[in-house]
Amino acid sequence: MEKIQERIAKIVSERLGVDESEVKKDATFKDDLGADSLDVVELVMELEDEFDLEISDEDAEKIGTVGDVVEYIERHQ
Amino acid sequence: MQLDLSNKTYVVMGVANKRSIAWGIAETLDQAGARLIFTYAGERFEKNVKDLVSELPSADKHLVLPCNVSSDEEIADTFAQIGEKVGVIHGIAHCIAFAEKAELEGEFLNATREGFLNAQNISAYSLTAVLKEARPLMTEGGSVITLTYLGGEKVVKNYNTMGVAKASLDASVRYLANDLGKENIRVNAISAGPIRTLSAKGVGGFNDVLQAMEDHAPLKRTVTQEEVGKSAFFLLSDLSSGVTGEILHVDGGYSTIGLM
Repeated sequence: MEKIQERIAKIVSERLGVDESEVKKDATFKDDLGADSLDVVELVMELEDEFDLEISDEDAEKIGTVGDVVEYIERHQ
Repeated sequence: MQLDLSNKTYVVMGVANKRSIAWGIAETLDQAGARLIFTYAGERFEKNVKDLVSELPSADKHLVLPCNVSSDEEIADTFAQIGEKVGVIHGIAHCIAFAEKAELEGEFLNATREGFLNAQNISAYSLTAVLKEARPLMTEGGSVITLTYLGGEKVVKNYNTMGVAKASLDASVRYLANDLGKENIRVNAISAGPIRTLSAKGVGGFNDVLQAMEDHAPLKRTVTQEEVGKSAFFLLSDLSSGVTGEILHVDGGYSTIGLM
């Protein structure tokens, strides 16, 4: 489980230019990590590639925090 | 017939990341030996583009410049810099479009005046605005391509405001081709099938569109950035010297199909 979170943290920190230590489970993408709507779309694509899955538009819209992503990936892996 | 582009300079506008169709075109032109000038839309893309370009085999001869196509002054400034640095250009790949995400889902009737005009501004008018400034640099003739999509010719679910902008872009291609033909500058568009790019993913239900291609396109598959790059090479090079004002579908044949 830890490993998934680490992989996500790496992708998020690279994409958003934030330190991996800032990518905590309760951090929100928009407010805490400064992601705009294009960043979110890019993140979704990176995550789809990294974990070899499809994230539907409806599910992508529900993602607010890093923890939401971890939970989603764990559930769909 | 000239297949080697090592004496040619092209401007590639609109690379966002490694998945961009513009990047597929750039890789093809780089392999053919062309000198490339990349323009990016704003700070958010600067690092991406510079990192990508640095990995090209001929990175040293290429240039990377900012160009916000919503500003006439910035376009003029960018092309003034290009003129100073390289003098003559032989072509442009205009791979630029934008619409707010809210415009790309549900009913077209929900389009707002601001969203509609913004899409027209960035996705259609920018081609004309760019050519005004590029024309004086194309003293040896040249070839310009832009990227359009089926959604400008037929109704494609969720494409909405961008479809109307692409229709405007398609018409612009024909009028610009007519204006510039006497200077031996050709203007064409590539209508690529859906490719998993940042822009495409912004359109509602994009994953379903890919599936439709696999089910119904005569080639029974989607197309790649590299395939668009190869067709771009054709249109940007002397291979297509008799072609202008045309929309070339690089879509596995999807646009030829009626009901299946």
